[in-house]
Amino acid sequence: MELLVASAIGMMTAVGVYLVLNQRTFPVIVGLTLLSYAVNVFLFSSGRLAVDRPPIITGADAYTDPLPQALVLTAIVISFGMTALIVVLALRGFLETETDTADILTEDLAPEGEADKTAGAP
Amino acid sequence: MLLALVTLTPFFGAAIPLLAIRFGRNFCAIATGAVTLTALLLLLSEAGAVYRGEVITWGVPWLPLIGLSFSFFLDGLGLFFATLILGMGLLIILYARYYLSSKDPLGLFYFYLLLFQGAMVGIVLSDNILLLLVFWELTSLTSFLLIGYWSRLPKSRQGAQMALVVTGSGGLALIAGMLLLGHIAGTYELSEILQRGEVIRSSPLLVPTLLLILGGAFTKSAQFPFHFWLPHAMAAPTPVSAYLHSATMVKAGLFLLARLWPVFASTDAWFFIVAPVGLVTMLIGAWIALFRNDLKSLLAFSTVSHLGLTTMLLGMATPLAAVAAVFHILNHATFKAALFMSAGSVDHEAGTRDIRRLGGLLTLMPITAILALVASASMAGIPLLNGFLSKEMMLEETAHTVYAGLPWLFPVLATLAALVSAAYSFRFAISTFLGPPRDDYPDRPHDPPVGMWLPVAILIVPVIAIGLLPALIAGPVVKRTALAVVGRALPEYTLAIWHGITPALFMSLIALVGGFVLFKSYRFANDLRRVFAGPDAKRIYDGAISALTAGARWAIEATQNGSLPRYIGVILGVIVVVGFVGFLNGPHEAGARAMIPASLPALVSWVVLAAICLALLFWHRERLLALILTSGVGLIVSLLFIQFSAPDLALTQISVDVVTTILLLLALNLLPKTSPVETNTAGRLARGGLAAAVGIGAGALAYAIMTRDFHTIADYHLAQAQPGGGGTNVVNVILVDFRGFDTFGEIIVLGIAAITIFALLDTALRGAAARTLDSIRHPEQSKDAHPLILVVATRVLLPLALTVAVFIFMRGHNEPGGGFIAGLIVAIALIMQYLASGYAWAAQRARIDSQAMIGGGIAIAGLTGLASLVLGWPFLTSTYTHINLPLVGDIEIASAVAFDLGVFLTVVGVVMVSLAQISRVEERAERDPVPKGPMDIPLRRGRIVGSNDGTQES
Repeated sequence: MELLVASAIGMMTAVGVYLVLNQRTFPVIVGLTLLSYAVNVFLFSSGRLAVDRPPIITGADAYTDPLPQALVLTAIVISFGMTALIVVLALRGFLETETDTADILTEDLAPEGEADKTAGAP
Repeated sequence: MLLALVTLTPFFGAAIPLLAIRFGRNFCAIATGAVTLTALLLLLSEAGAVYRGEVITWGVPWLPLIGLSFSFFLDGLGLFFATLILGMGLLIILYARYYLSSKDPLGLFYFYLLLFQGAMVGIVLSDNILLLLVFWELTSLTSFLLIGYWSRLPKSRQGAQMALVVTGSGGLALIAGMLLLGHIAGTYELSEILQRGEVIRSSPLLVPTLLLILGGAFTKSAQFPFHFWLPHAMAAPTPVSAYLHSATMVKAGLFLLARLWPVFASTDAWFFIVAPVGLVTMLIGAWIALFRNDLKSLLAFSTVSHLGLTTMLLGMATPLAAVAAVFHILNHATFKAALFMSAGSVDHEAGTRDIRRLGGLLTLMPITAILALVASASMAGIPLLNGFLSKEMMLEETAHTVYAGLPWLFPVLATLAALVSAAYSFRFAISTFLGPPRDDYPDRPHDPPVGMWLPVAILIVPVIAIGLLPALIAGPVVKRTALAVVGRALPEYTLAIWHGITPALFMSLIALVGGFVLFKSYRFANDLRRVFAGPDAKRIYDGAISALTAGARWAIEATQNGSLPRYIGVILGVIVVVGFVGFLNGPHEAGARAMIPASLPALVSWVVLAAICLALLFWHRERLLALILTSGVGLIVSLLFIQFSAPDLALTQISVDVVTTILLLLALNLLPKTSPVETNTAGRLARGGLAAAVGIGAGALAYAIMTRDFHTIADYHLAQAQPGGGGTNVVNVILVDFRGFDTFGEIIVLGIAAITIFALLDTALRGAAARTLDSIRHPEQSKDAHPLILVVATRVLLPLALTVAVFIFMRGHNEPGGGFIAGLIVAIALIMQYLASGYAWAAQRARIDSQAMIGGGIAIAGLTGLASLVLGWPFLTSTYTHINLPLVGDIEIASAVAFDLGVFLTVVGVVMVSLAQISRVEERAERDPVPKGPMDIPLRRGRIVGSNDGTQES
């Protein structure tokens, strides 16, 4: 099981990184989602794996470690917040510039007023 | 306590001029003067004790762990300098009132001036050297503001910047030096460091410490080769030049040398470095000053020269030289500040301070001229004035100084410097004030108002008084101060005009006569100077700065080129390399933890995941497909959480996935549907290689962790969940109780993210973004804008989903569930309404504002915490009780439930704001015209009328 989980983390990380290194915003977002999965599972696995020992007090003799679970639970929700923000950033960027590249070439770093003029030209 | 008050009074009082200026310039000047006077009187109330030989100390710990304390001490040296700073401050405040024109913001000037004054007093009174460093940097900053006071002039800005760069970098050296000093001495309290000179002198770190401290002192006091900033700082208004650049700030370096004199003076390094640096500065400063045509520039280089003189005296390391140094600091402060103010008055009234356009002012501005003539005579070293006395003492000391085996070196060069100094003093005085009056001054010169010559006159009094009766007037001050510098009994000496026939008398004579001859042969000397033109320090400085700027720009352009893949690639690459190095240096044996045997379902899930990952690699350019595949990964992860005893996580993950997928779908609707092929094969290979390396690293690390046993701190949480937190779901108890503060912070972060999203999208309906939106036309659209089955199903599901959410929420403390999950479920149920029935319909029916929900949620969570604070418990302490309800039975209610309610509301609000805002933007790009109703199918007379084109066109 440990090997399966570890290799799953590896796969998700690798694909996530591959996509994050893309030059378009949407693959970057998908890649980030995958990376969040990988990181969350990684954090979770630091509490070691345990089957059928949920951290609900029932009088059982052993429970799995609840702390990483609590951490990961908040991490999942925060990563939603992050993804939502990035998606909206990418969307707004696309709407402003009509391109969805994640690269800003140096010549594009013009003052806002000028950028508006070029973008606004029909 | 009193000492701290002396230091803090100018700081606290600094706000007063900003307010007082509303009641006029006179009132403002008086109010500012009152602040300084208060500080001065507080200081002088301790003078009696100091002159009885006491050392007054006061302090409270500040950051005791790093040795920083808010401590002050007052001895003769500190009293001398603090009195100088505050007393001179009073005169400058008076002078500036009349010097600055009514267009200049006087309140701001006094504000800066008082801040500077406080910082200076802080330097000279600090007992703790870390505290001293704080004040030291404050003087650099405030002097930057003062030099750049006329910020509209490029010269002011450049001068201010140069002063800040030079003294600031010296300050950095000083920080290092002081830290070393404190480290060697084992204490950061100056009064104790002075007792431990033996320890410091025997330390192997002595020389680096000394060099670093001297770096700070020499830059501040404009010693060669850092002298070049001071003349450029003359772009400041004249009151600033008189105050900072003659009387106080540039003397901070001298103060430091004097303060640490008992520690360092007896070392060889001190004598070999400090004395010649002072000598060279004295000579070069005087030589440059002679040829300056700008009165202030002449005085600036003259100041450099006199600072060098004092530095040299301190560097000679004999007690008598120290006495002479103290005496000269006093004398120089009086005549030089007087000269600066006189030059300012000339500039103010004649309209120029170019020496070539002046002359003959004696008859036109008699008061100014006479005062300036006396002061420059003192500067030249003419007997019966105070400048003569200390200069003669200096010459006497050099006569006994043997440097590098050369007995003539110091006396000859010092005499030469005194000679040049006399020459420029003559030039200043004679070329400005004597000779026939001219008729081509830019303005009509006349004496300035009394407020501008009175401060000068006040300074001229000691110039003459000390010159005539040195022992009576200056004797006690010099003695007490020199005692504090030297730290032990002083040898016999007398402050007197006539010491008999001594070498110094001849040297003085040579200097005066030679100086007059040199002044008379100015034209010849000027030609000589052109032959020996040295390198221009300003040009070197400018070159160094532009080289730095170019280097920085190159580095930025090389690393910060605006390409996200490159940034991420660099970061990940570094992580891989660092991780790999760490891996190579660590142990490599396999872990000993017993592993769980793989089950068939797990194996199948793994294979599915691997297939999805492969598919993503190949088909990620089809964005919709990529999105669907990604949600598949999310499902597998949820399964993984279920398998390994994490029901809460599984519930959260699956509901978050639903929300995320909807969100991405909404965004994708507006974004391009495919990514272009990135043709660069090498680039793709590099990406793949890096991705593989990171993936392998992460997987291997996870495996190494999982196969090793560990120690957990969770036992306490498990044991206390029920008795302490009142719940059996330990994860939930941790979230809302044990680590409630974390969760509180987290929901705040979520709220901020949601507000940012709102801001980003709310403005997207205007400007360029709106034009893009209008131009988006979906080529293929479903004929049903709002499919009937979806509309009906979501409406039926809504109450069910809400019920489930309440259930999940209520049981959360004991069973899997809780505020996060319940919030997500409610949000999904509501979002479904938007999806099915359209934004307009759903938004119309939303009773509660989503943003209010975020704010309310955070407020509720915070109030829960505050409630426990009010009851005398730490923030977010929870309690619980049992309630017996009829029919339902025993219910356990924990106060943490209220906190969880806050979490719930925040999560609902955040999700609703994000998704509803996207839907709103989406609506703009939707089919045209937008269907008004909840359904495409209009109902007419109870009969369904088929229509495919929306309501408007039928």
